[in-house]
Amino acid sequence: MTGAYPVRDSATMLRRNLLHLRRYPGLSLFPILMPVVFLLLFVYVFGGTLGDGLEVSGGRSAYVDFLTPGMLTFTVAVAANIVAISVAMDMTEGIIARFKTMRIWRPSVLAGHVLGNLLLAGVSLAVVIAAALLVGYRPAAGPLEWLAVAGLLLLVAVALTWLSVALGLLAKSVESASNLPMFLFLLPFLGSGFVPVDSMPAGLQWFADNQPFTPITDTLRSLLSGERVGSSGTMAVAWCLAITAGAFLWAVHLYNRRPGNRA
Amino acid sequence: MSGARPPAIAVAGLRKSYGATAVLDGVDFTVARGTVFALLGPNGSGKTTTVNILATLLAPDDGAVRVAGRDVAREADAVRDVIGVTGQFAAVDDLLTGRENLALMADLLHLPRADAGLRIDALLDRFDLLDAADRTAATYSGGMRRRLDIAMTLLGDPEIIFLDEPTTGLDPRSRRAMWEIVRGLVNDGTTVFLTTQYLEEADQLADHVAILDGGRLVAQGTPAELKARIPGGHIGLTFPDRSAYRVAAGVLEAPARDEDSLALQVATNGNVATVRHVLRELDEAGVEVESLSIHTPDLDDVFLALTGRPATSESEDGSR
Repeated sequence: MTGAYPVRDSATMLRRNLLHLRRYPGLSLFPILMPVVFLLLFVYVFGGTLGDGLEVSGGRSAYVDFLTPGMLTFTVAVAANIVAISVAMDMTEGIIARFKTMRIWRPSVLAGHVLGNLLLAGVSLAVVIAAALLVGYRPAAGPLEWLAVAGLLLLVAVALTWLSVALGLLAKSVESASNLPMFLFLLPFLGSGFVPVDSMPAGLQWFADNQPFTPITDTLRSLLSGERVGSSGTMAVAWCLAITAGAFLWAVHLYNRRPGNRA
Repeated sequence: MSGARPPAIAVAGLRKSYGATAVLDGVDFTVARGTVFALLGPNGSGKTTTVNILATLLAPDDGAVRVAGRDVAREADAVRDVIGVTGQFAAVDDLLTGRENLALMADLLHLPRADAGLRIDALLDRFDLLDAADRTAATYSGGMRRRLDIAMTLLGDPEIIFLDEPTTGLDPRSRRAMWEIVRGLVNDGTTVFLTTQYLEEADQLADHVAILDGGRLVAQGTPAELKARIPGGHIGLTFPDRSAYRVAAGVLEAPARDEDSLALQVATNGNVATVRHVLRELDEAGVEVESLSIHTPDLDDVFLALTGRPATSESEDGSR
């Protein structure tokens, strides 16, 4: 017998998770549709008023341009919530114990969840970008900027997905796993995602300036509008790498600690 | 098979505690290759913990635990190559079909695709799952799930199979089907390590039985050896009227009396000579016997004698 097969085992687990997403459309359609609903809500209900606050008589079209980068981070956060639920569902099943008694690359179970969720996030992002373009979003980004946007969104998705995997492992039940990552939905609102930070009261403004979603959103916004990315770019990447490293170690620790058998 | 091969399982001085609670407190046993070993005990006696340690899911605190000659803690992957585990809760993926569950195992075992397809069909057929092969496991009955679970375990051709309470929660027909499966495995040369709360199951299947109670083995041996160790065998007699009862009670050696129901019990090891002797004595005294029954001790008697409790105790949390 040869040693471990990290790529092959992870690919097997990814196929398993993709089948799960197909068989459980409630789980896979939610993160695709919910950001679109929010996009339409914000553009058509709040957008007219909020856009006038951004620039004189900016209206709805000004707000679409401001909102879309924030919606992208929100979309990644919504998709990440799903992985916490599916990891927690897995951990209540005896099959995880079976995997642990087999000679397979141990992190492949988690890797399968992460890869599956990245694909889900990719689909959700494509749908929300298409919806934004349909409601009048006109980004000024060239091919290089789009590539940078894709790269940063991938980093964000990897970070939030590992964090959600850890939260899913931490949860004692599937119900609490669906609630634990809820704060990820809120963070884009408490940053520069939906309104400019300088419109907030002082305390909130301090929080918004110092939380990861603000530099991430600012970087995406600069890239998409064809402006120069300032120091927020470095901050955004640093946040993503730090969250990924911490969440990865935490998740692996939790996975190995769990007896792997609910009995 | 050469006699020089190590036993399938060798456990010496096994200890495991959760916090201050000793779940296994010095357990020793050996399982010979190609045999069925049943670990018997009430809920909470440490059966599942033992299986989890043997199956490399849990590390022992102390003791030497070797499976197929390999140390479960230091050579876990070598142990994983030769074992198959079917836990108390069916380890199948509910959202996958029966066939997809088996294909998942084949991929994780790194079996060649073409080969795997044939083996999967053969297993589905053998476990009577062909018709349900393309339905998700969530739609299966308890017995079907357990059969799929075993089929998944067998796909890797394990030398040693752990079955943790394989018939808990199954209806009598599915239980008998499971017994046939276990017998079939042993005929193929597989070693089976089985835990159960059902004494009848151990009696039916096992070559060797060990009784676990409060983290210690209180007895082990063949079912026959264990039954021979305890009293409990008797001939039960009932009589048509009080006078016959009184005469019989005077003739027989030290019977246990129950005058109200006109019944006597004579202790016996169950052999024919004793029965014949009792009947001759009664014949000679001209006593009419209404009914006669022979009770041989079963593992329930053994369990009661050894632990002071009936085997089917009320269920606690089955976790340890």
